Amino acid sequence: MLFTLNGKITEVSAPSMKRLLDVLREDCGLTGTKEGCGEGECGACTVLVDGLPINSCLVPFGQVQNADVKTIEGLIGHTDLQKAFVSECGAQCGICTPGMILMAAPLVERAQAEGRIPALAEVQETLAGNLCRCTGYVAIYRAIQTACGAKSEQASVISGENG
Amino acid sequence: MVENFRNQDRYESVGRNVDRKEGMSKVTGQAKYVDDLNFEGMIYGRTIRSEIPRGKIKAIHLEFDTEGFTIVDYRDIPGKNLIALIQDDQPCLVESEINHADEPILLLAHPEKEKLLEAKVRIETISEIPVLDPLQSGKIFKEILISKGDIEAGFGLADRIVEGEYRTGHQEHVYIEPNGMIAVPTPDGAITVYGSLQCPYYVHGALMVLLGVPETKVRVVQTETGGGFGGKEDYPSIIACHAALLALKSGRPTKIVYDRVEDMQATTRRHPAIVRHRTGVAADGTLLSMDVEVIMDGGAYCTLSPVVLSRGVIHATGPYRCDNVRIRGRVVHTNTPPNGAFRGFGAPQTLFASEVHLDRIAHTLGLDPIEIREKNAFRPGDVTATGQVLPEDTSALQVLREALKKSDYYNIRKKIGTQAKRGVGVALYWHGSGFTGAGEVKLASKATLELLPSGAKVRVASTEIGQGTRTMLAQIVAQTLGWSYDSIEVSPADTAVVPDSGPTVASRTCMIVGRLLQRCAEEMRFRIGNLTPKQYLEKHGPLEITKVYEKPPAIQWDDEHYRGDAYGTYGWGCNVVDLEWDAVTYEVKVKKVIAVFDIGKAIHPIFAAGQIEGGTAQAIGYALHEEVVMRNGRVANPQLTNYIIPTTMDTPPIEAVIVENSYRFGPFGAKGVGEMPMDGPAAAIVNALFAAGVDVREIPATPERIMEAVCYSR
Ligand code: FES
Ligand code: FES
Repeated sequence: MLFTLNGKITEVSAPSMKRLLDVLREDCGLTGTKEGCGEGECGACTVLVDGLPINSCLVPFGQVQNADVKTIEGLIGHTDLQKAFVSECGAQCGICTPGMILMAAPLVERAQAEGRIPALAEVQETLAGNLCRCTGYVAIYRAIQTACGAKSEQASVISGENG
Repeated sequence: MVENFRNQDRYESVGRNVDRKEGMSKVTGQAKYVDDLNFEGMIYGRTIRSEIPRGKIKAIHLEFDTEGFTIVDYRDIPGKNLIALIQDDQPCLVESEINHADEPILLLAHPEKEKLLEAKVRIETISEIPVLDPLQSGKIFKEILISKGDIEAGFGLADRIVEGEYRTGHQEHVYIEPNGMIAVPTPDGAITVYGSLQCPYYVHGALMVLLGVPETKVRVVQTETGGGFGGKEDYPSIIACHAALLALKSGRPTKIVYDRVEDMQATTRRHPAIVRHRTGVAADGTLLSMDVEVIMDGGAYCTLSPVVLSRGVIHATGPYRCDNVRIRGRVVHTNTPPNGAFRGFGAPQTLFASEVHLDRIAHTLGLDPIEIREKNAFRPGDVTATGQVLPEDTSALQVLREALKKSDYYNIRKKIGTQAKRGVGVALYWHGSGFTGAGEVKLASKATLELLPSGAKVRVASTEIGQGTRTMLAQIVAQTLGWSYDSIEVSPADTAVVPDSGPTVASRTCMIVGRLLQRCAEEMRFRIGNLTPKQYLEKHGPLEITKVYEKPPAIQWDDEHYRGDAYGTYGWGCNVVDLEWDAVTYEVKVKKVIAVFDIGKAIHPIFAAGQIEGGTAQAIGYALHEEVVMRNGRVANPQLTNYIIPTTMDTPPIEAVIVENSYRFGPFGAKGVGEMPMDGPAAAIVNALFAAGVDVREIPATPERIMEAVCYSR
């Protein structure tokens, strides 16, 4: 079966009912896409299909025939968003990170093109299907907004009175 | 370039938000987690488990074509059939007696995942009546009594005696990466295990006992780990043992990765607790006598329960002084899957109770919740229930004041007035940094620093599980040597190359292991003098410095009587929560959480804030959403569809503030941070609900419980 994977026309022979997640990880060797739940709840397996984020654990391979699939490995040249995830500590354990980045990528691209910083509520809605257990999301919001030009905020530190 | 090694001003590392060592690999998908690794000839393993909570195995029926399968039961264990931890009570594989649902009985492996999952095994059992209620349990894993002064005398002086019972439920870790291990056998009978784990040497120790082999025959390598929170402290030993047995029998690398359901059903959870308080108070709010009883449900085997109880009881008074205290704690057996380590380790349970109880005391006396806290909060020099004289970095009052200021507490309260269904709540708390009591002395942790031509390499068993271990330890070393952060490398946590630095738990990595490395770096700096690393290596040959934990001189602990310095020092925390509840749906909407923490020194401020933000979110889930439903001793909601952790839509704005009262024996003054954020938000939320007219005393405060509380009080 033919599809476009990270910009390259790719042929993979795998059962059409095999989960796209498994095809990517096992048949294509792209392990950047993660499995957190296998039932569409966590978003760790998010990839872009024709530019739109989907949960690859829910999509049978057959459905992406001739489609354009992009995984975390397909973001080349370290996008602003990836850099902001590093500098703002949007990734702690990192297992949700590829999914978070791909889920946010279309929003960031749009916002950058329009020259605006997405509002917090918009970011939260965009990421509503992606779970992170490490960060409380705060740093992830900051990474996304910083990638769109917001000023990076520092943690607030107060000196002690007793020691 | 060499002269750069000596420019301290240019290379200030500590206190700066340097880039995470493995940051780029995580954002590009290159970081390798256990399920991302494959080995030549690798097969997949699966665990067959009990479905009943208690009984005996009558027969095992393999209802599939066993051709091509590797099948392992307890008879294949070359050493002892147990998971070595505290008590030797937990078997690796059931022989005949089943003690909890989802207990491992049989292991299967096959090269094809589909075949493996299709294989049907029927376990014929004889059921026995399980013990599911901890209050009905006849078996105690550990009992602790802490006693100070004379509680009866204290009650005699009291104007009022206030009693209350508070309950906390199970909690799932829900690290987004489920547990997994790969065992790789070598031709000489040795085994290497790769996996998602917090404590390489726990796994190493368990494998030696199970396999009956010397330490040289076992190697444990941590793979990038997708979250732990305590959930990958003890359970990984079991999975590693299973994978190793299959690998040894088949002679092939064997991978076991749990799916979400298996992970949530079979692995450990936070201990549920019942805490009863009876408190004698003077009319002005002074605490005169505290009698506290703590009962924790340990589950079917001891695992880490004694230590969880220990931390729980020591923190049970909350951060308050009182001359007369009795704390009685016990952790008991039930026929449920064993509970284990979870961020906070017993303290979130008892601190929930103490803080919620304190607001009920204030209410009874007609006092303000802040006033009663200010009056009783620990000051430096005060004496705890175990008799510890608190050090100079004790800062309960400062974190309280900062939290009130940051939240604009009094103004919000004024604004709310008697406006129903909105309330602000406060929780004030403490958290001992590092292992309890003599724990650190017994561990005798080690850390190694190796000189490289380009700088130095940190070799420790402390694991990076998201909290920033690699980065933060490199910062400490870089700063101490006066070198650049980039010149410090960090070795993988691989038992073949790192010494035993103790487990990555108890908020100890920065304070204890960081301090060990600081001492290594101090000596290295002295030894190489004015030479560059390259010059030193050329002239003197390799340089490797290892330091062992040394107890700060004044610390004394009597484990038999629970007297003395329970921890080297404490972190201090305060939350203010502003929330609303809905009179129709009984749902709670948290508007804002303020989280102020004294952590001694923020080595990496954004990481420290990240610990606070993430821990606070977990605690909000604990307080409101995360309910583990047990049916006949088995988790009935082992999925993310029915066990709800906070999403972006239910995580409120969290504002973290860090306070730095330095600890003399911590690196650059640092104390622990990781667990403490888990301790307080649940109490602050329940106290805010109380202020808004809802008296719940059990978490999670689900809409059902809130409805019950509202209807009951009418
Ligand atoms: S693995 Fe696909 S949504 Fe969780
Ligand atoms: S960084 Fe660990 S789950 Fe998001």
